[in-house]
Amino acid sequence: MMNLSLGPILWFWSKQSVFDFYAKAAEWPVETIYLGEVVCSRRRELKPDDWLDLARDLKACGKNVVLSTLTLIESEADLRRLRRFCEQDEFLVEANDQSAVQVAIRNGLKFITGPSMNIYNVATLNILARQGLVGWNLPVELGKETLEQLIRELKTDGLDLPAEVFSWGFLPLAWSSRCFTARHYNLPKDNCEFRCLEHPDGMELRSRESQELFRINGISTLSGSRYDLMRELPDMERMGVSTVRLSPEHQGMDEVVKRFDQVRRGEVPAADPLQLVEAPPCNGYWYGKPGMDLVGA
Amino acid sequence: MELVCPAGSLPALKSAVDNGADAVYFGFRDSTNARQFAGLNFNDKRAAEGIEYAHAKGSRVFCAINTYPQPDGWEQWKTAVDRAASLGVDAIILADMGLLDYAANKHPDIPRHLSVQGSATSHEALSFYKDNFDIRRAVLPRVLSLDQVRGVAKHSPVELEVFAFGSLCIMAEGRCYLSSYLTDESPNTRGACSPAKAVRWQETPQGLESRLNDVLIDRYGQGESAGYPTLCKGRFEVEGSVYHAIEEPVSLNTLDLLPELKALGISAVKIEGRQRSPAYIADVASTWRQALNRVQTNPDQFSVESAWNSTLAGLSEGGLTTIGAYHRKWK
Repeated sequence: MMNLSLGPILWFWSKQSVFDFYAKAAEWPVETIYLGEVVCSRRRELKPDDWLDLARDLKACGKNVVLSTLTLIESEADLRRLRRFCEQDEFLVEANDQSAVQVAIRNGLKFITGPSMNIYNVATLNILARQGLVGWNLPVELGKETLEQLIRELKTDGLDLPAEVFSWGFLPLAWSSRCFTARHYNLPKDNCEFRCLEHPDGMELRSRESQELFRINGISTLSGSRYDLMRELPDMERMGVSTVRLSPEHQGMDEVVKRFDQVRRGEVPAADPLQLVEAPPCNGYWYGKPGMDLVGA
Repeated sequence: MELVCPAGSLPALKSAVDNGADAVYFGFRDSTNARQFAGLNFNDKRAAEGIEYAHAKGSRVFCAINTYPQPDGWEQWKTAVDRAASLGVDAIILADMGLLDYAANKHPDIPRHLSVQGSATSHEALSFYKDNFDIRRAVLPRVLSLDQVRGVAKHSPVELEVFAFGSLCIMAEGRCYLSSYLTDESPNTRGACSPAKAVRWQETPQGLESRLNDVLIDRYGQGESAGYPTLCKGRFEVEGSVYHAIEEPVSLNTLDLLPELKALGISAVKIEGRQRSPAYIADVASTWRQALNRVQTNPDQFSVESAWNSTLAGLSEGGLTTIGAYHRKWK
């Protein structure tokens, strides 16, 4: 049976909301939980030590815990925070850029690559596997055809590197030095008043024909439609995918986890629709189409 | 500081070389490079001619193979590296770790530059590429402020090249999937952003509309000048207001920063624009040549001539330029 994971929270939530969320998540049927701030260096509701305490609590509840690093590293301060996660030996690290990979390698720490790491071929996986890579996420823009080839080639090379697939949630698509939330409020990034806290699932960016294109979330841009690969779970299992990643949302997440758990156990048909929050579904990337497309609806 | 200019065609290459480029960069006529445009780029014969021309005039030539090969494309991308090597280029610009590894092992004597698509924004990331693939130089993404560039430069294990002029990517390059979300092509997979095949223009009663795979990117009123619908430069609606929610159509221009870049020890400044005409390349290259000559002879007395800026503004998107993320307030 495939594992379920909860990816890192991509949004900015208050400290209490984060604690409440993980208190519930401790009871959910997910095997792995990724913890840490991966989007904006100004988001410091939780300090590195708070994340580490939370990691220990969740580990005590029987979860595999992985510490996730910031995706866009811009300064020495960002590197200092990164080292805090990459210079411990209690937990695995999800490296979200080459800086984290480098620091993890130097410290002999095992790591997993996150979906924003450019893993497009097995030669790349081989290089990292020699230096501590123990798992990897498929980049979000790649689909099942490429994944199937990658898994097959890994086998040929005798490499046991579990593959994880971002399977539910708004897709992280881009990171900038500019903050689009601050820009919306005409605030400078360095004095943003932490407006992201008012938008626990981002801000909708629509075309002038009201088409939901993207979600603005601080310096990151996410998909406007929600990626949903629930129907693909049987296919993923057949291909040898190890872990199905669900991306945290502040409402309805318990329902999402429950349904994915039922589907992976074969208790309910994969084709049953799951409609929770107002957002159109998409799955185009999985089929090698534009990411926003919905195939087979 | 070296001036590195784009060459999307043999005439553009000659134009860059004739107007003072220390080095030019080109790609092959396929999706192995990040500027895949119909009718652009080089086959082996044209590349050989270009390299001969540049070398005869003392300019160096770099070959960009800076997209990310998937299993299906692996042989084609590897072959591209071998082709560049046998053509005798002075460096190969690469992004993919697998391909960097291949180039380092198969052609160790040809210098490797890390493409901006490699997305290295810290000295730790640069050290990763140096340790693993012995890169000589890296092109920094356009997301760092000048202070941050200073931080990277201070500890960098390799030469640094920074963007000086041209279209402005405001997302961290090499990790932007916006284009493949709306179309089926991205810079990483196909060397294309907002590809021309997906663009449609339409006159409507509301004005001229630009669409990308049917998604409305912008609509222009009377008297507004219309630009290419690069998706991050469209006008969108956020909470009831319609504006350039991501970025305006402007170009990057860092002439003003030249003395500081020199003081930081930056090795080269890069001009974007392999999709541009030979005439454009001539104007941009000669302007930057003059500026670099002046900053090299007398960095303390450097001042930007207004003629330079007006030339560059005339060649910019929307006639506007910015120093972009180099200036912290832009963010």
